[in-house]
Amino acid sequence: MQLDFGAVLVDWRLLGVGVLWTLGLTAVATVLGMVLGIACAWARAHGPGWLRWTVGTYVELIRNTPFIVQLFFIFFGLPAAGVKLTPETASMIAMVLNLGAYATEIIRAGIEATPRGQVEAALSLALTRAQVFLRVVLPPALKRVWPAMVSQIIIVMLGSAVCSQISVEDLSYAANLIQSRNFRAFEAFIVATLVYLVLSVMTRRLLNWLGPRFFFGR
Amino acid sequence: MNDFTLWDILRNLLLALRWTVALSLIAFVGGGVVGAALLLARLRAGPLLDRAIAGYVQLFQGTPLLMQLFLAYFGIALLGVEVSAWTAAAFALTLYTSAFLTEIWRGCVSAVPKGQWEAGSSLALGFGEQLRHVILPQATRLAIPPTVGFLVQVVKGTALASVIGFVELTKAGSMISNATFRPFAVFGCVALMYFALCFPVSMLARHLERRTHGRRA
Repeated sequence: MQLDFGAVLVDWRLLGVGVLWTLGLTAVATVLGMVLGIACAWARAHGPGWLRWTVGTYVELIRNTPFIVQLFFIFFGLPAAGVKLTPETASMIAMVLNLGAYATEIIRAGIEATPRGQVEAALSLALTRAQVFLRVVLPPALKRVWPAMVSQIIIVMLGSAVCSQISVEDLSYAANLIQSRNFRAFEAFIVATLVYLVLSVMTRRLLNWLGPRFFFGR
Repeated sequence: MNDFTLWDILRNLLLALRWTVALSLIAFVGGGVVGAALLLARLRAGPLLDRAIAGYVQLFQGTPLLMQLFLAYFGIALLGVEVSAWTAAAFALTLYTSAFLTEIWRGCVSAVPKGQWEAGSSLALGFGEQLRHVILPQATRLAIPPTVGFLVQVVKGTALASVIGFVELTKAGSMISNATFRPFAVFGCVALMYFALCFPVSMLARHLERRTHGRRA
């Protein structure tokens, strides 16, 4: 048995493009998924009954099915219903919906831990309901749950490796392409796996640094 | 060409569901055994082994399960052993599960106050006796809800075995969808079957969680 990593590393451009796709998809999914999660968490805490039920069903459906099936349903299933999507758009939608469902539960836990007195104090200062939610309840809630949120974002990033199965040219797609050219399958996947490991460590650091600066103040 | 009724689709998917369940159980039981061994090693061992196991956990938690499956599939073959998709999937999922379970259980053991260990050794109990009579009964109570919850992750993880060609529910779904040209119905059914499998387990985990920690205020 002889391992030849050089044969894989000469294709570093392919791997680089793959990394950019993986990071890009993750970045968009993070932003949109969190917006969706915040909206759904609000709906579950304060919305009318039917909306709570709808959001609850959405969250449970996503959390209890594999990401790959969600992706296949969106990419292969929806065109049959008349919605045609490119692989990239389908992946994007699947990742946003997936992260959104988990984010809903995570953020809701943070919102529920808000002391009642803070809401009452804010209302007594004549803030509107929306202002109370966005300025008083949400920031400390995000702060409380940020570590869980970061973990979930990384899980979504690692899960996005599956998007290569519908030919999105992400990191795992690059590894597959390289191994199909030089038959160095083991080496190609070792390299890709290590790159994923580095990405997940760096993303965790970045998000831990970004969180306090962007979402909830230091 | 044959016409496929919805019942044909469902029947074939249900047949494939067996393999999803079987693979989940193998990974869960195998992962539990390996995870418990790693936990024991971590409790007993010096800092070096402790770091090695921490690295093992980080490796499996910080890389995609899909890559782990590919590595198992191509890696074992590289050693000169003919490997089926079934073996590779069971192997990779077992290691993956063991990494998560050992980390969950370590948290539960370290949640037991240190004084309990000390009380055990002041009664002249050996390490094994302390573990068996003092620590594990308390740690197990804490460990059951998250362990049941993780079973859901394992079931969902088995869907990735389809990518290396193991015919379980997801792979069967792709094949049937290619044969019937009804991807919407087929993948809809596949999703609902996973849901039917996972949702009760999720509910059970949540119920156990509430019972262990009491109702939240």
